Amino acid sequence: MRHLLSTEDLSLSNAVRILDTAEEMAAVGEREVKKLPTLRGRTVVNLFFEDSTRTRISFEAAAKRLSADVINFAAKGSSVSKGESLKDTAQTLSAMGADAVVIRHWASGAPHRLAATDWIDAAVINAGDGTHEHPTQALLDAFTMRRHWSRLAGTPSAGADLTGMRVAIAGDVLHSRVARSNVWLLRTLGAEVTLVAPPTLLPIGVEKWPCTVSYDLDETLAKGVDAMMMLRVQGERMNASFFPTTREYSRRWGFDDNRLRALDGLGLKDTIIMHPGPMNRGLEISSAAADSPRSTVLAQVRNGVSIRMAALYLLLSGDTREPAGHADNTRFHTAENTSAHAPKESH
Amino acid sequence: MASQQQDAGTGAYLIRGAAILGGAPEDLLIRDGIIAERGQNLSADGATVIEAAGLVALPGMVDIHTHLREPGREDAETVETGTRAAALGGYTAVHAMANSTPVADTAGVVEQVLTLGRTAGWVDVRPVGAVTVGLAGEQLAELGAMADSRAHVRVFSDDGICVHDPVLMRRALEYVKAFDGVVAQHAQEPRLTAGAQMNEGEVSAVLGLTGWPAVAEESIIARDVLLAQHVGSRLHVCHVSTAGSVEIIRWAKSRGVNVTAEVTPHHLWLTDELARSYDPVYKVNPPLRTDADVQALRAALADGTIDVVGTDHAPHPSEHKECEWAQAAMGMTGLETALSVVQHTMIETGLMGWADFARVTSTAPAAIGRLEDQGRPLDAGEPANVTLVDPAARWTVDPSKMATMGRNSPFAGRELPGKVVATFFKGHPTVLYGKLNTPYRWLPEAPDPARNTGTAAAGRN
Ligand SMILES: [Zn+2]
Repeated sequence: MRHLLSTEDLSLSNAVRILDTAEEMAAVGEREVKKLPTLRGRTVVNLFFEDSTRTRISFEAAAKRLSADVINFAAKGSSVSKGESLKDTAQTLSAMGADAVVIRHWASGAPHRLAATDWIDAAVINAGDGTHEHPTQALLDAFTMRRHWSRLAGTPSAGADLTGMRVAIAGDVLHSRVARSNVWLLRTLGAEVTLVAPPTLLPIGVEKWPCTVSYDLDETLAKGVDAMMMLRVQGERMNASFFPTTREYSRRWGFDDNRLRALDGLGLKDTIIMHPGPMNRGLEISSAAADSPRSTVLAQVRNGVSIRMAALYLLLSGDTREPAGHADNTRFHTAENTSAHAPKESH
Repeated sequence: MASQQQDAGTGAYLIRGAAILGGAPEDLLIRDGIIAERGQNLSADGATVIEAAGLVALPGMVDIHTHLREPGREDAETVETGTRAAALGGYTAVHAMANSTPVADTAGVVEQVLTLGRTAGWVDVRPVGAVTVGLAGEQLAELGAMADSRAHVRVFSDDGICVHDPVLMRRALEYVKAFDGVVAQHAQEPRLTAGAQMNEGEVSAVLGLTGWPAVAEESIIARDVLLAQHVGSRLHVCHVSTAGSVEIIRWAKSRGVNVTAEVTPHHLWLTDELARSYDPVYKVNPPLRTDADVQALRAALADGTIDVVGTDHAPHPSEHKECEWAQAAMGMTGLETALSVVQHTMIETGLMGWADFARVTSTAPAAIGRLEDQGRPLDAGEPANVTLVDPAARWTVDPSKMATMGRNSPFAGRELPGKVVATFFKGHPTVLYGKLNTPYRWLPEAPDPARNTGTAAAGRN
């Protein structure tokens, strides 16, 4: 793995490797000293063309726990007001010696551009691009699901996939990079995915995706769901006639209190409720659902740091199978590798 | 028209043994701007001999759809560079689209473009006039004034933008009948394509790029052919890109609607799969479609449903392509690759021969633009607008070596068949032995006898 751009082209072995490494990283997070010296002397740039404090601080915490130097670069440059070009920004970061660029961008494909051009020679991690993908979100979701699924099975999660798990994803699939990344990754891991959305919020072409599509949330729940993921729905979509009113939306496609109660009635006692955040309480998810014991919202946030540590570790340490959780791992701060650029030769 | 210009410093040329329209080898003697003789074993009689065994002689190509960018965007292309590219691509005439800055919506601007073209001298530059003032789609531009100007505008288009107001479109179609004009429509329903980035379908769903649905093109074409029939006008459909559009045009022609249609070389070959790279060199409007569309377009060009190949040559400065897909400009260069791409997609597939090639790249576009001295047969007494092609040549596209200022060729790195060996424009070789030669030199402007000769016969296609 040179970059982490999408889950669509992530192999099963690489996906499981990231999840397993994240388990080891999570173990570090439970220790007294939460820091590993692994990426000492390496520079990770958080390049954000779109505000997302949540995702940025998650990557920042991950990089710092691996002892990397972190530079936060909030680039202006919306579709409306053009700032410095992506190319110029990338070349600037390259000149600064960035080893990894974590990029969040409002434009689909911007991370691919960074990876495909000669603008910068750094590992690129997609932290969410437009309505395309958000691979670390899908990985942390899968990590959360895998822990749950393994615990139910009474088996260790390391090395496991999600074969047989029934996952429903409901909401604005059309505009959701989280949905896309989840569909591909969950397919790779063997889960059965159902997308639930109003027809207006499903992309033309969704019928070719490796999942089932439903317009009916209650029917989907009745068929049995092990993980119910709610997607954020922006109220502005109402103004573009994607649905008549937010009231109608939440009645038909929101996870409200009635549906929370219905899980018990359906005998789905182990079903978890997931949300990538930030939540619109009362629109796509009720407060009772978000705060119920079934909710994994905070676990997802916690797991996000482990997943991002794993991604940074695997991309910057040459993608070996070396266990990550060893404090004595000193590969990258030996004497001959004092320059931030030197380790790159080992890629 | 030969009386008003001269061909200073160049003499006669004997093209020896070229396959005329791909037929049996014959000689062509070019002298004084015309084809003086056609036949076997013609005597050189002092003419420069071009040995053309193995080459194909074609009528000079005519592009119905070129963006020369001047005036206003000289950082992207100038009339000089764009027409050099055209000559190298085998063209002897191009229609310069109206979306310049200022917009070519007055007699003054179209005459300026005409003059720039004549000063350059590489091809005949035929200005297209805007349909509406400033391409704003609100009120008719001075269509009659542009038609009566020295530029003799016959093709009117807001290309880049659709004339989407049905009443305005109806009026434009009706009005241009007064001077045998044609409205060339960029068929794109604007509301259905707000923010559109690529073809809407399986690939856009995965890439998360806003879709440009086929129906946005097809619904406008359907409306326009019905309007054209209702008011008895001539309609030209620019850059048809979908299988559904082909069906509508086929239906319209079967009902006798006076409609012509165009396809670009890139839509004859490339598909939306290329967008998976997120490389904006593949971003174009209308977007690259699916393979089923490509196959339907090829069939339609072969059977005459689509009349012409138009390049939609759209050069952009590199900074407009070296960026995120959504930020990038739409458009591709095409003048220097069109012949090769059509050879690859239509001739080498067995769908067409060189005579058909001449029809779709010269005869038919000249007829749509009402260019009297272009798209003519390669016979004695005809204007010597001739392209010589080596169909056996193979070359690899390198945009940095092109004459156009645009580096945005989607064919970069591909090996293509066919190379232009020579282009004769009014008897003068603008391209010789595959290299740019010298431009044709127009005489200083003389009163134009073709001006104000009244309307041509209505109903001509
Ligand atoms: Zn157009």
